Amino acid sequence: MRNESRIYLGIGSFFVVVLIIYFLWSHESTGSVLLLASAGLGLMPGLYLGWWSRRMQPRLEDTEVEPKDITGVIGQFPENTIFPFTLGVGVWLVGLAFVFGLWFAIIGMGFVFGAAIGATQESKRASYSEEENVPRH
Amino acid sequence: MTILQEPQVATGSVLHEQKAPGGFYKWITSVDHKVIGKNYMYTALAFMFIAGAMALLIRTQLFNPNGHVVSLQTYNELFTIHGSMMLYLFAGPFAFGGFANFIVPLQIGAPDMAFPRLNNLSYWLFLLGGVTMLFGFFTASGAAAFGWVAYAPLSTAPYSPGPGPDLWIVSIAMVGFSGIFTAVNLVTTIFYLRAPGMTMFRMPLFSWSMLVTGVLILIAFPVLTAALVLLYADRHFGAHFFSVAGGGVPVMWQNLFWFFGHPEVYILALPFFGIVSELIPVFSKKPIFGYKGMVFATLAIAGLSTGVWAHHMFTTGTVLLPFFSAMSLLIAVPTGIKVFTWIATMWGGQIKFNTSMLFAVGFIFAFVMGGITGVMLASPPIDFYTHDTYFVVAHFHQVLIATTVFAGFAGIYYWYPKLTGRFMHEGLGKWNFWVTFIGFWFTFMPQYLLGLRGMPRRIAIYSPTDGFTFLNRMSTVGAYMMGIGMFLFLLNFIVSWRRPRPAGDNPWDGFTLEWATSSPPPAHNFHSLPPIRSARPTWDMNHPEHADAVPVVTGGDESAE
Repeated sequence: MRNESRIYLGIGSFFVVVLIIYFLWSHESTGSVLLLASAGLGLMPGLYLGWWSRRMQPRLEDTEVEPKDITGVIGQFPENTIFPFTLGVGVWLVGLAFVFGLWFAIIGMGFVFGAAIGATQESKRASYSEEENVPRH
Repeated sequence: MTILQEPQVATGSVLHEQKAPGGFYKWITSVDHKVIGKNYMYTALAFMFIAGAMALLIRTQLFNPNGHVVSLQTYNELFTIHGSMMLYLFAGPFAFGGFANFIVPLQIGAPDMAFPRLNNLSYWLFLLGGVTMLFGFFTASGAAAFGWVAYAPLSTAPYSPGPGPDLWIVSIAMVGFSGIFTAVNLVTTIFYLRAPGMTMFRMPLFSWSMLVTGVLILIAFPVLTAALVLLYADRHFGAHFFSVAGGGVPVMWQNLFWFFGHPEVYILALPFFGIVSELIPVFSKKPIFGYKGMVFATLAIAGLSTGVWAHHMFTTGTVLLPFFSAMSLLIAVPTGIKVFTWIATMWGGQIKFNTSMLFAVGFIFAFVMGGITGVMLASPPIDFYTHDTYFVVAHFHQVLIATTVFAGFAGIYYWYPKLTGRFMHEGLGKWNFWVTFIGFWFTFMPQYLLGLRGMPRRIAIYSPTDGFTFLNRMSTVGAYMMGIGMFLFLLNFIVSWRRPRPAGDNPWDGFTLEWATSSPPPAHNFHSLPPIRSARPTWDMNHPEHADAVPVVTGGDESAE
């Protein structure tokens, strides 16, 4: 995790240096604000990951171990679901409402809410695939 | 070899067994990164062919002085949508949606992307957003006609009325969100789903490139989305962010746009640098020369690329010339490191010049030409002279076609066996390369000269007395050659589909983990993974006798790196 943190910190620090030079030299506001935001974007996750990396054991992917050490359940990955498509169509219709009129948004929001409810229900069902969550009858 | 077991799913009375969907429903609902990656590639290539047809129309219009192939308004729409489709809908999504989706999880030994459902959503936002851009042609006032950069105040309501520009804004916003979601997915996958032993500095260079590209997307795309919101507010809500009359600043659009736009150039280029860095060592039968140098060069390019946005705005008179000129020139250093590394990798290697390698070497030639003219343009005196001329058009087309087409096709020919389990036809592939390559130089070298003679970009007609006719005709002939090259690619694709030649799992004697699984890979990618002791785990496994192979010792050998 330490290398990941260093990447972000490196990016953030670079922007701090560029920001200082640029602002003092140009006094231009748009670019300075964008550089400031970019510096924050680098430093925030960098500091967070760095903070965690000091409090945790090195992960398997950061060490000299073999893939056999993760034999067993790797993770939980869904196979098929219709809800991202439903959400995509909903967002698209809401987008078109900005061009063709608000009535598109009404239909679009129906899709968005449908997808939100469907996806959360689906996640609830999917969690049963972990053995400890399976209801015992 | 270590066997990975699939997760044990509880079955029986609690869970109903689900039948895997097939056909159209599978295409819509699959969250497998390989299916989504292929969807991205096919969709992006389809957009490329549409935008390429527009380019041919543009070149046909310019074949004769005072051309009458299309109207002036249609011409403006054509170059706007051509540029927008190529940059927003082809080059980027082809790389970070297509190649990255398919290859990165395989290269790092992950079963899928970190957020599979978000991945699927990204694709739909991309497809639906992309189609939305084309809707503009079916509206009464036509599609957007202000160039892919949408400079204000030209893009504001008084100068660009009608739904076409609004459709363009919605389209780019949706594709932008798609890109942001994909970037989140990529960065998270690379940070958290690497196989044990796959430390950051054993990661293949393509995956490194995609990580850095992901971070760049997260920096750049939100700025564009914010700028689009401001533009929409100007157009419809009476805001005056970009209109002088209301106290706004038109040049602020340029600052916001190029803060996205220049990193975007590297968002487009870095993945293709990664592709070339993968296949040149494989086809030279040597490890990459200077792995860490390449990683740090990639990071340096990414950092510097966000500090050079205003070199597109030298002629506005509002930017700090020495700062942006110096930063732009500095980018040539890490980029040069990359070019020298590719050459040094080939140096003394047993080079195999198949189609993929030809495209990679062609990429180096084309990219160096486009890159050097970029260094020239970083110098304000030259930029003042050539700004908004065909010199700039030739420069960025050479850079972008070198990366997205030459390096991109190199990647397709290289990974096609992994995608499909089949080879593409070598003979047709070489025709594909040479026709495209020769057409490329014929198209763009005359454009440099046209630019130096003062031909402005984005003009639909020129006078016979301007002296532009011969060079424009040469350029048009070259463009049609490139069109034939693209047709040969399509033909090759169809031939490989209709007359399959099985490729096997590892036809190129590849180095990285994607070649350690079957072609095409199974659901969740790996039945087994080799030990990862270097950046070339598959090669180490297949060549234990070789002196360069990092020994694979069971039980853990700390000195093995």
